[in-house]
Parts: sequence; C-alpha cells; structure tokens
Amino acid sequence: MGQYLLIESRDPFDSGDAKNFCELAGVLAKLGHTVTLFLVQNGVLPARRSAHSSLLEALAADKVEVLADEFSLQERGISTNRLISGVKAAPLDVVVDQLAQGRKAIWH
Amino acid sequence: MAEKKTLTFATMDPPFENARTTTAMRLIDIAARRGYDINVFAYEGAVYVPFAQQAQHPNAVHGHDVEAEDHPLPREWVVAVIKEAEKNGGKVDWVNCGLCVDERGAADSVAGVRRGTPADFWSMASGSDNTLVIPTK
Amino acid sequence: MKALNIIESAYRATLEEQDDPIVWITHAMKGAGADVNVLLRGNAVNYAVKAQGAPTLAFGDRQQKHGPHLAEDVSGLIGKGVEVYLVKEDLTDRGLEDEELTDGLKHVSRAELPELLEQHDRVWHW
Repeated sequence: MGQYLLIESRDPFDSGDAKNFCELAGVLAKLGHTVTLFLVQNGVLPARRSAHSSLLEALAADKVEVLADEFSLQERGISTNRLISGVKAAPLDVVVDQLAQGRKAIWH
Repeated sequence: MAEKKTLTFATMDPPFENARTTTAMRLIDIAARRGYDINVFAYEGAVYVPFAQQAQHPNAVHGHDVEAEDHPLPREWVVAVIKEAEKNGGKVDWVNCGLCVDERGAADSVAGVRRGTPADFWSMASGSDNTLVIPTK
Repeated sequence: MKALNIIESAYRATLEEQDDPIVWITHAMKGAGADVNVLLRGNAVNYAVKAQGAPTLAFGDRQQKHGPHLAEDVSGLIGKGVEVYLVKEDLTDRGLEDEELTDGLKHVSRAELPELLEQHDRVWHW
C-alpha cells in the first residue's frame, strides 16, 4: 500500500476545497494506505475546537495521523491543551522526514 | 549524520504576500541543515524571492528606524540557506523560471540563482528522492 | 517517473499571462519529455468548458491582442497524449453538463481519486 503525506495549509473557514482535501486523506486511509495529514499555516485553525473541527477529529479517529505544525500553532496562540482529540503538535521537520522517506507528498 | 537525500521544491509565491513563502524557506532550511542536495524551482512570483534589489525600510508606525526594524529580506534567506547547505556537505540549486523572470523584470537575483525552464524542473524532479510543489492560492 | 499535475485554482492571473500557468507548464514539461497527466478539480473543471473566451483587456490605448484560450489549451494537452481527468462531483456541483465540455476528458469520482494517485509516482498539486 502507498504512503502519503498530505499537507493542508488552507482552512475550512476560508476555503471550501480544504474539506475535500482532508476527506481525501480519510478515503486513502480507509483503503489501507498510510496517511499523515500535516496541518500548517492557517490549516491549524480547525485543530482548536471550533465549528469546523469535526472532520479532523473523525480523521484522527480513523487511521489518519493528524499533525499540526508547532510553529503555526504558536503563531496563532493555540496551546497544545486546546487541540482537539487525536491531533498532535509536531515540528515541520516531520515533513522533511517524510519527504526523505519517499512518501507521496501533496500540498494543498 | 542523516543519510544524504536530494529533494526538489517548486514554489510560486512572491515574497511579502502570504505564509507559503516562509514555510517553503523553513522546509529548505531544515533540508540544508541536514546537508541535503536541494533543488528549488521558482515559478511565477517566486522568482522575486531572491531578487537582489529588496531593501530594508524603517517603520514609523512602530517608531523603528531601519536598523531597529531590521526588516527581513527573503533574498538574504536564499543566500543563507545556500551557505548552510554547503556548510553541511549539501548544496542548493535555485532555478528561477526564465520567462517568469522576463515578464516581471526580476533578472537581478542574488548570487547562486540561475535561470531555467520547466525542463529543468522535470530534470530536477526526476533526479530527486522526492519533490514537493508548494502552489499559490 | 510518472507525475500527476492537479489543478484546482482557476482563472488565477490567466488574463495577463494569456495562459493558465499550470496548463502551460504541463505543455512545457510534456515537450521536454515528461510523462505527466493532469487532474482538474474544484473550480479548474471550468477550464474544460468549450464556450469560454475571455474578452481582451484594454487600458488607455493599450489593447491586448489576444486573451487565453483555456479549453483549447486543455484539448491541446490531450492531443499531445496527456491524460486529462476531471472530478465528476466538481462538475455537477458547478452545474456543468458533459456536452458543454471539450472532448477526450476522463471523468473520475472523488472515491476513485486514490486509484488515480496510486497510478502516479509523484502527485503535484499546483
């Protein structure tokens, strides 16, 4: 099965396409692929409990590794204890790690 | 020392407009610190990232003169990551898309940046362990 | 290496570029020997609409000679052997019917996207 790194830089408050991209992560994971969804920039906003957090929570509960860039979180004042269940803060190094591992990497 | 890799990044955004420029530079910097060989294909507005004529300015709103404001200049970041990669046994090959340079009048780039074409992007991507395209919105 | 270029944002600088920059770069990459296909999704599915045609711009006495021809450029990719896919749901969401679209396109559903991604070594979302 494939290994995927999906990087979401956009947020559902601003972009309707962000939901489709995150849903793709879920579809890939359900098919048995290894999937990391890495949230960066405004993509971390729904990682703080909000009206648009339910999709991320569902993904994290269903085989998608959902990570949020520590730098972006700090920049937006989102402390780790405000993160929704299943989302973990992570350094951007993870993206370079997974690129180096050869994961299929898609930035949205 | 981490195993040496070759990564290619394509970027599209000009500096000072959105967060993608700084995130791209953060990724390139991480790879440079690891001593990777790094290719950058700057497409469209991204050809302004290494533009040599970027200049600092004061900030009267904050009461800063030029020195106090110390405004970041992405061209300095490009020079810095090129140096950082070399220091760690890697290199940065920064290619500005030539036609994008022409239409923007952005030919005056910092040292270490060369002019290229989409064929260069394909060639870099084909020779890399991985390639990440960071699109504009 | 086989790559899939995903185009989602549409009409982004197309007037002054007289091209979509990603449709254009795909043409250029193909010309350089790349094995590359295209997926149109989101608003970019509108690039397949035959009836589109941008009016030319005029500012003062500076008249643009020609605008972009996006549907023709998409057809041109197909003519060069590039497979051009588009996401069915994004068409229906935008009220588009098949007969409005240029020929030779391959329709995929959102559920079929993983299979399309798996068929390519690299997936680049522009």
